Amino acid sequence: MSLAANTSGNRMALTGNESVAFAMKQINPDVVAAYPITPQTEIVQIFSSYVADGDVDTVFERVESEHSAMSAVVGAAAAGARSMTATSANGLALMWEVLYIAASNRLPIVMPVVNRALSGPINIHCDHSDTMGARDSGWIQLYSETAQEAYDNTLQAIRIAEHPDVELPVMVCQDGFIISHALDNLYTLDDAEVQGFIGSRTPTYSLLDVDNPATFGPLDLQDWYFEHKRQQAEGMKNALDVIPAVAEEYGKLSGRDYGFFEEYMMDDADIVMMVIGSTAGTAKDVVDAMREEGHKVGLLKIRVFRPLPVAQLVRALRGKKAVAIMDRAESFAASGGPLYKEIRSALFDCEKAPMTSNYIYGLGGRDIGPEDLRKVFEQSLAAAKAGHVEQPVTYLGVRE
Amino acid sequence: MTNSESRGCEKWETPSPDATWRDVPRGGVIPRGGNAAEYETGDWRSSRPVYDGEVCIQCRLCWIYCPDSAIATNEEGEVTGIDYDHCKGCGICAVECPKDGAMVMVAEEL
Ligand code: SF4
Ligand code: SF4
Repeated sequence: MSLAANTSGNRMALTGNESVAFAMKQINPDVVAAYPITPQTEIVQIFSSYVADGDVDTVFERVESEHSAMSAVVGAAAAGARSMTATSANGLALMWEVLYIAASNRLPIVMPVVNRALSGPINIHCDHSDTMGARDSGWIQLYSETAQEAYDNTLQAIRIAEHPDVELPVMVCQDGFIISHALDNLYTLDDAEVQGFIGSRTPTYSLLDVDNPATFGPLDLQDWYFEHKRQQAEGMKNALDVIPAVAEEYGKLSGRDYGFFEEYMMDDADIVMMVIGSTAGTAKDVVDAMREEGHKVGLLKIRVFRPLPVAQLVRALRGKKAVAIMDRAESFAASGGPLYKEIRSALFDCEKAPMTSNYIYGLGGRDIGPEDLRKVFEQSLAAAKAGHVEQPVTYLGVRE
Repeated sequence: MTNSESRGCEKWETPSPDATWRDVPRGGVIPRGGNAAEYETGDWRSSRPVYDGEVCIQCRLCWIYCPDSAIATNEEGEVTGIDYDHCKGCGICAVECPKDGAMVMVAEEL
């Protein structure tokens, strides 16, 4: 996100969880079904107080598990309702089966996810193992660096999910505790501006449209299942057009511009660090410090991971000397983390492709400081100079 | 009388043979209701309920409990037999039937 001169709105001090709960209040969804889990709990707890106080018109379903929460919003979304829930880590894992059903039934559910390490060993702190595991579930994934971005992404997610060319569910991710529980100074829109921006939902099919009855989720075997999956893939491709269009409109309204990714000091950079989430903040400071020392380093922060904007990423990275790809998740492939794999693959056909290296960091909330990130840049500078990467995959910040 | 007639269900038309992924309704939705009647679930039955109208006391418990709406009824709602196109042979009707001999499960010849 970059702030344009005309950034406007109401200044508020909110944590990541509070900013998302506030966005949900302004969205005023028809149905929210939720189950608490750390560090997401506050979102639905705060939202439930909006319900109790009559600030929203939402039907709030307190269900007995995340599997039920996702099932309930699937039913509500099929009925034509604007439906939301929120979760983290093991709660997301318990939703797993139904995540795929939501996406394949083309239900535009919006779900804030507060990233937390997926057990075990049991751990409540931030990494991206939960949503990275869900990367093939058919959900669009937006990642946020700050509470401001979590707020802005939540509002845009409604428009992206419900767009007639897309009709897919969206996860809006933010880092557990680091963002969810830390106070940020941010801008919010007026309620009327939000309502004007999101409009109302017009579902293609609705269970409650009794004049046009429809059957949802029927058996779909060898004869048409493949066609439906192909169609679903097209929805994800279409999101590559819809996401920037929604961002442009949102930018005009808010003064805050969003791309598929944010580029920081990238224009003349030789060495690039690619990162997702809150670590981008620390990385920008390191870029600034190393720029002062004369190093041509830059940062690329991924906002949209699903769909992966391959063409745009290749354009941004073409001609760079080295890219250090930071994964806050281990995929246990014995060959690097998920972001690394996808970026490396995207660069395969790129002329003048940079060399790549992978750093797995911050698992289970392990702190990552400027000195760690400086090490990454220094190793990448050395690799660029030597012409080869000595160690493709490095565990950064683990006791060796 | 079949169940599909009693619900006034129109026959669901499958997409034409030259239809592509672009043509099928999104998300696997069938843009019509009541079409479960078009899918015959009686194919894999290993035993069948046999109904005896002479013994039946018309309590309609079988009709209430049948999970496949496979108990056939007349316009007065009285039980008249079994819709074997949809009965999957679960035996619930026979278990719930309070009248000996009115609904009896018999093994299918396979
Ligand atoms: S449950 Fe038995 S007695 Fe009752 S209606 Fe059905 S067949 Fe007849
Ligand atoms: S056997 Fe099961 S499916 Fe068949 S009529 Fe009886 S209850 Fe219905």
